[in-house]
Amino acid sequence: MIPSFRLFPDSASTVSGEVNGFFICMLILCSLMAIGIAALIIYSCLRYHRAHERAIGDQRRYNVPLEVTWTVVPFVLFVGMFVWGARMYFDIERPPDNAISMYVVGKQWMWKIQHPEGQREINTLHIPIGQPVKLTMTSEDVIHSFFVPAFRTKQDVLPGRYTTTWFEASKAGKYHLFCAEYCGTKHSGMIGWIYAMPRKDYQTWLTQGAAEGSMASMGEKYFHQFGCANCHHFNNQGRCPDLRNLYMRPVQISTGETIIADDNYLRESIYDPNAKIVYGFHANIMPNFTGVIQPEQVAEIIAYIKALGPQPGAQEPSNPGTAPSTYGAQKGLAGPGATSISGSEVQER
Amino acid sequence: MIEAVPVEVEKNYLTEKQGVLSWFLTTDHKRIAILYTVAVTALFFLGGFFALMMRLELLSPRNWLVSAETYNKLFTMHGIIMVWFFLIPSIPNTLGNFVMPMALGAKDLAFPKLNLLSWYVFMFAAAVTVYALFRGGVDTGWTFYTPFSTSYSTTYVVAAAVGIFISGFSSILTGLNFIATTHKMRAPGLTWYRLPIFVWSMYATSLILVLATPVLAITLLMVAVERIFQVGIFDPALGGDPVLFQHMFWFYSHPAVYIMVLPAMAVVSEIIPAFARKPLFGYKAVAWSSIAIATLGFLVWGHHMFTAGTSVYSAMVFSFLSYCIAVPSAIKVFNWAATIYKGSISWDTPMLYAIGFVGLFTIGGMTGLFLAALGFDVHVQDTYFVVAHFHYIMVGGTVMAFLGGVHYWWPKISGKMYPEGLARVCAIVVFLGFNLTFFPQFVLGYLGMPRRYAAYPEEFQFLHILSTAGATILGVGYVAPLLYLLWAWKYAKPATSNPWRATGLEWKTPSPPPAHNFESTPVVNTRPYDYEAMKEELDLV
Repeated sequence: MIPSFRLFPDSASTVSGEVNGFFICMLILCSLMAIGIAALIIYSCLRYHRAHERAIGDQRRYNVPLEVTWTVVPFVLFVGMFVWGARMYFDIERPPDNAISMYVVGKQWMWKIQHPEGQREINTLHIPIGQPVKLTMTSEDVIHSFFVPAFRTKQDVLPGRYTTTWFEASKAGKYHLFCAEYCGTKHSGMIGWIYAMPRKDYQTWLTQGAAEGSMASMGEKYFHQFGCANCHHFNNQGRCPDLRNLYMRPVQISTGETIIADDNYLRESIYDPNAKIVYGFHANIMPNFTGVIQPEQVAEIIAYIKALGPQPGAQEPSNPGTAPSTYGAQKGLAGPGATSISGSEVQER
Repeated sequence: MIEAVPVEVEKNYLTEKQGVLSWFLTTDHKRIAILYTVAVTALFFLGGFFALMMRLELLSPRNWLVSAETYNKLFTMHGIIMVWFFLIPSIPNTLGNFVMPMALGAKDLAFPKLNLLSWYVFMFAAAVTVYALFRGGVDTGWTFYTPFSTSYSTTYVVAAAVGIFISGFSSILTGLNFIATTHKMRAPGLTWYRLPIFVWSMYATSLILVLATPVLAITLLMVAVERIFQVGIFDPALGGDPVLFQHMFWFYSHPAVYIMVLPAMAVVSEIIPAFARKPLFGYKAVAWSSIAIATLGFLVWGHHMFTAGTSVYSAMVFSFLSYCIAVPSAIKVFNWAATIYKGSISWDTPMLYAIGFVGLFTIGGMTGLFLAALGFDVHVQDTYFVVAHFHYIMVGGTVMAFLGGVHYWWPKISGKMYPEGLARVCAIVVFLGFNLTFFPQFVLGYLGMPRRYAAYPEEFQFLHILSTAGATILGVGYVAPLLYLLWAWKYAKPATSNPWRATGLEWKTPSPPPAHNFESTPVVNTRPYDYEAMKEELDLV
C-alpha cells in the first residue's frame, strides 16, 4: 500500500541542494510565523473567552508603531526571499559555457531527444553526471513542459520557438521526467526516465547506440538534400547569405536592427525565411520549409551551421582581438560601424 | 437580551409580496441576493461533484473509475464552474447584495433593475456553460491555454467560452452597481472612514470586476475567433504567439484571485469585531490594504509564467511585485489577530469559520511566498503544490468565509436562528476535512507530482488516498449546513433584530428586514465597530 513513501524528492543535480535549503529555511521561518499567529489567536480565544453575555472587549483601535513594525519587518523578510529566489533562478536559467547541447522535441504525447553524437531517444534521456547538459527544446503541437523533479528544473516547451534549460546531474540514478503543462488526453502518459550515469558508462552507452551519424553530419546531409547548398554558397557569391561563422554572431537585418544568430533565429529562418532578411539580401528567394523539414532535421541543420562557425564564447578565428563582427558585413554591405571580416575555413567537429 | 421577544413586523421583504413572479420580477436587493444564493449553491454542488469524482479516480495510480478523457473534462468543468459560477459571484452577489445597501443605510442598490438584469445574465451564462458541459464537456483546463484550446481540443471550447464571456457582463454590472452605491447611497454621516470594512473590501472588489473582466472577454473572444476562423493570434502554426494568450489570460485571472478573496476578507473583517466585541484593530490599515491589493493585483500576472520562457528580467520584476502584494495581506492577518487579542470572544459558528479562515488564509498566503521565489517556483510550478496553495486561498479562504458569513447574517436573512451546536461541529469538520484534503497536496507537489494527471506513478498513491479521505469528510461538512439551514428556514426559533449585538446598520432593522430596509433613514454619528459609544443601545457593559 505504501511503496516508498517519502517527504523529500530525490536530490540529484547541482541546484537541487540549494532549492532544498531554501525550502527548509522558508518552512522554518513560515512555521514560526504561523505558529506565533496561531498561538496568539488560540491564547486570546481561551484567555478572553466572553465572561458574561454583555461583556465587551478592550476598545483600543490602533497602535501606529505596531502597524509600522508588521508592515516593515515582513517587507524586509520578503525582499530577502526575493533576492535568494532570484539568485537561484539565475543559476537555474543560465547554462554554463561548457554544457553539451541536446535537442528535445515534444509532441502529443512523447519526448524525442537527440544527442549531438546522433543518438536518438524517445521518453528516455541518458546523461553523464558531473557534466552540464543544455537542452534546446521545441514542440510540434501544443505547449508541453520538461520537468525533472530530482533536478528541480522545469521549462515550458513551446511550439514555434526554442526554449532552453540545463542541469548538471550530481548523482547517478534513474529519475522521473514529467510533462508539467497540460497537453491533452494523454498528458499524464507523457512521462519518461532520465538515466544519469558516470561519464565512462555514458561513453559506453553512446558507442552502443546505432547512430546514423552525428547531428552535424546529418545536418550536412540535409543541407544538400533540401537544396540549401544551391544558394547558401561558402564563398559569399550565392544568392543567399554565407552560413560560415554565423552561429551566435550578430547579424544586421534589413530593418537596420542587429540580432544574434541563435537557435531561435536559425529555426525561424527555415520556417519563415522572410521574417528577418539579412541586410543586403532579398526577400522571397528562399522557400518556406514549414512542413517539409521536420523539427528534428532542423535541429540537425542547426548543429551543422554551428559546426561551420565558432562556438559561443570561442575566439574569433580570423580576427582576434576585435569585437564580434556583424554578419552582414561579409558581403561588404554592412552599415557604418560594422567591421569587415574575411571568411574563415569551415571548422569540422 | 436586547429585546425579550422577537420584533413582530407587519410585513417583511419575504412576506411583502407572494407568488413566483414576485421573485422573478423583484428588484429588491435582498430577494435578488436569495436568487443568487440558490443559483450559486446549486453550481457549487455541481462543481463539488466533479471534484469528488476526480478525488475518487485518484485513489488509484491507474485509471480505474474514469478514462483520461473524462478525467480531463472533470477538472476542466470543476475549474470553470467553481471559478466563474461560484467563487466570483459567491460572496459579492449573495452576501454583498444582501448586506451592502443595509450597511450603508440605503433602501436598495443604486440601480435595482440593473441588479436583477445581472442575475438574469448570470443565469443565462450558467445555462450556456452547463449546456456545453453536458453536451460533451471541455478538456482544456479552466485556463484554456493555447494553442491546445484553439487548434487541438475537439471539445466544446467555444460554447464554454461563450458562457464565461456572458457571465462577465453580470460581473461588470454588479461591480458598477456597487461602486455607484458606495459613492451615492451612504446614509447621512456615514463618511468613508465610518464605513464598515465590508464595504471597503466590496468596493475594492468592484473596481477589479469592472477593470479586469473586459480583458477576459477580449481574450476569450480571440480564442473563439482563432478557433472558428483560423485567424492566427495564438497558434504559431497560423502565425500567432501562444505566450501572448498567457499574458492576457493572467492579466485578468490574477486580479480575479482577488475578486474571490477580497470579499472573503470583507466578511471576516465584520465577523471578528462582532464576536470579539472590539473595534477592528488598525481600521485604516485594513481599509487601505484592500485598495492596495486591488491595485497591485494588476501588476503580478507574470508570476504564473516563470517557466513559460519569458525573460529572466521580467520574471524578476514580477517576483518582486508578488512579494510586495504579500505585505497588505500580512497587514490584514496581523490586524485580525490583534482584534481577537483582549476581545470578549464568543465561540459561535461565524467566529469559528472566521478563525479557520485566518489560519487557512495564512497557510495559503505563506505558501504564496514560496511560489513567488523564482528559483523555487521552477520546481513546484504546475505541480500539486500550486493546487494546494490556491485551494487554501479559494476554498480554505473564500468558502470558509462564505459559510461564516451565511451563518453570521442568517438571522437577518431568514429571520430565524440556526442550530448552534450542530453548526459548530460542522465548522470544525470542514476545517479538519479541508486540511486533510489539501495539506498532503503540498507534499505531493514538492515531491514533483504534476497537476492534471489522470494517472500517476505509484509512489504518490498514499498521499492521494489521504487527500481523497479528507475530501469525503469535507463533502459531509458542506452538505450538512445546506440541510440544517434549510430546516432552520422553516423550523428554527425566530431571531431578534440583533442577536449578536453587532454594530452594523443592518442590525438596526428587524429580522427579516422590511422591503425598504429601514423604517426611517438611519443617521450615523459614530465610528465603525464603536462598542463604547453604542453600549447603551446594545445593552452592553
